[in-house]
Amino acid sequence: MRREGSPLTGVATVLAKETADHLTSIRLWILEGLILLAAGGAVYAASSRIRDTVSEDPFLFLTLFTVARDPLPSFVVFLGFLVPLISIALGFDAVNGEHSRRTLSRVLAQPIYRDALLIGKFLAGLLTLAITFLTLWLLVIGLGLVVLGLPPSGEEVLRGFVFLLVTVAYGGVWLALAMLFSVLLRQQATAALAALAVWLLFAVFWSMLVPLAAEAVGPSAPGPFGDAARAQFQLGLSRVSPNVLFAEATLAILNPATRALGPVFFSQLEGAILGAPLPLGQSLLLIWPQLAGLAAAVILLFTVAYVVFQRQEIRA
Amino acid sequence: MSLAVEARGLVKRYGAFAAVQGLDLAIEEGTVFGLLGPNGSGKTTTILMLIGLTEASAGTVRVLGLDPLRQPLEVKRAVGYMPDSVGFYDELTARENLRYSGKLAGLSGSELERRIDAALERVRLAHAADQRVKVFSRGMRQRLGLAEVLLKKPRLAILDEPTSGLDPQATHEFLDMIRGLKADGITVLLSSHLLDQVQAVCDRVGLFHRGRMVLEGPVERLAREVLGGGYRISAEAEGNAASIAAALARIPGVNGVEPDEPNRYRVSAERDLRSAVAEAVTGAGGTLLSLGMQRPTLDEVYNEYFRRSGGEEARHAA
Repeated sequence: MRREGSPLTGVATVLAKETADHLTSIRLWILEGLILLAAGGAVYAASSRIRDTVSEDPFLFLTLFTVARDPLPSFVVFLGFLVPLISIALGFDAVNGEHSRRTLSRVLAQPIYRDALLIGKFLAGLLTLAITFLTLWLLVIGLGLVVLGLPPSGEEVLRGFVFLLVTVAYGGVWLALAMLFSVLLRQQATAALAALAVWLLFAVFWSMLVPLAAEAVGPSAPGPFGDAARAQFQLGLSRVSPNVLFAEATLAILNPATRALGPVFFSQLEGAILGAPLPLGQSLLLIWPQLAGLAAAVILLFTVAYVVFQRQEIRA
Repeated sequence: MSLAVEARGLVKRYGAFAAVQGLDLAIEEGTVFGLLGPNGSGKTTTILMLIGLTEASAGTVRVLGLDPLRQPLEVKRAVGYMPDSVGFYDELTARENLRYSGKLAGLSGSELERRIDAALERVRLAHAADQRVKVFSRGMRQRLGLAEVLLKKPRLAILDEPTSGLDPQATHEFLDMIRGLKADGITVLLSSHLLDQVQAVCDRVGLFHRGRMVLEGPVERLAREVLGGGYRISAEAEGNAASIAAALARIPGVNGVEPDEPNRYRVSAERDLRSAVAEAVTGAGGTLLSLGMQRPTLDEVYNEYFRRSGGEEARHAA
């Protein structure tokens, strides 16, 4: 049956309201403070290490994001850990919160489709993430300028920008997941817990589970080709985790010397000048599958949430 | 007169359970219609189908001549809906809540602000316009819900249990506001299980029972159908009981006479027949001591109906 009118009527209104809610919520301020603290610590530690070494790295500025000094992890590792938390905080009560406040039927009785509410809320979350990360990114770069006393090159800025996009896409995956749980589960606390459980699974347990699973169900052919097949299988399995995709993508984009993300045969390295940086285009090519994977995860999760929401009874 | 709401053979099933089974409903424009029934009898489900928030399993609905499933945006533009125990965003002020709804409804700028002021004035919340809804009482929230309906300038207002949980004073005020809607030419559909209130404002009522509308019409006609007579006249008279009772039963328009305690007669009649009763008593040689009349209340209709249908069900079960 065809329905008349655009499903996008009202998206802008929902987007504006939800973004304003996010940006003024105490929840977000707490998490932003946490991230800011992490960023400050990581950058300070990294910069002090960078000053200690007298290297001729043409991408010195980018190492600000990736270098770690004990006991602090690098900025990128911090982000890999904290971005899901922010995203979950933005999304876990998107729909069930409207249910429990009894505002859902009232809002949907206005001349908009359900699509507008869900899309508006998702875009608001994504916009909030983008604003937060952009601010953070500018802060880190500014801090780097002050501490290192040297400006980033054009390519470094571009690479940094791609890194920003990857971070937003990574946040989008967790936002879509949290919103899916907010549609599936009526209790906000349960939805938050479910999303956090998935986060813990991928952040902590996935790297332990993958070798076990690969051994149990992976290819078992003997010899070097069997080993290679097993390594490939294990890598494929580990890439189910958005955390792994994020780590690989940021590694390749922030460290231009990265030439491959996975096992490489010696024959493939023939003639390669190890340690020489790849041009930006080649690095992008390298992380394209990771980016596509993240985008696909966002779309998949959002679609499931969308379909479930469309079929849901809205009566409280 | 054209119909604001027209539903035919409406069915809504949730799995094996049918919340609404074969509902026919017609509401004329400009009237106040009351949906009555116990909790869980399918009133809210019906309302949700009318505004396209739930899809009917079978049957057709027309709201203001539009199909709520195919043209939901147009229907929702012309229909104001206030859900059962309405909720607002607690962190926002009354004005901000209304502004959000108004923008979703496609209003903007000074027109929106003017309508917000007018609506808040109308429900007597102008003084609290810039307070957070967090501090609002139940009655204020209900009134804010009505303000949201007014904001749209709807042709049809659907109010689901608008007075539940309100104190008598607040209820009285709220009913006054509903009468105000009617005066503005807005068709009102309201659902309730509080009968005396429905009776006070509704032109017609529909009685819901287990997903069906079992009775429909003006209150007085329902009373005639269910109670056998709309008016209860009680007479106290001395004299020959048998001849007085016979004389009373002969009055045209009297449906039944029941001798009560000694010298008391309960007459059910279609109209106000007090003078005829008085004449009949004196005509039969009796002395009239007192004469009283009770208008039928919806309460009686309701209780009598469910007593009977409950009895039938009991028989079916046995």
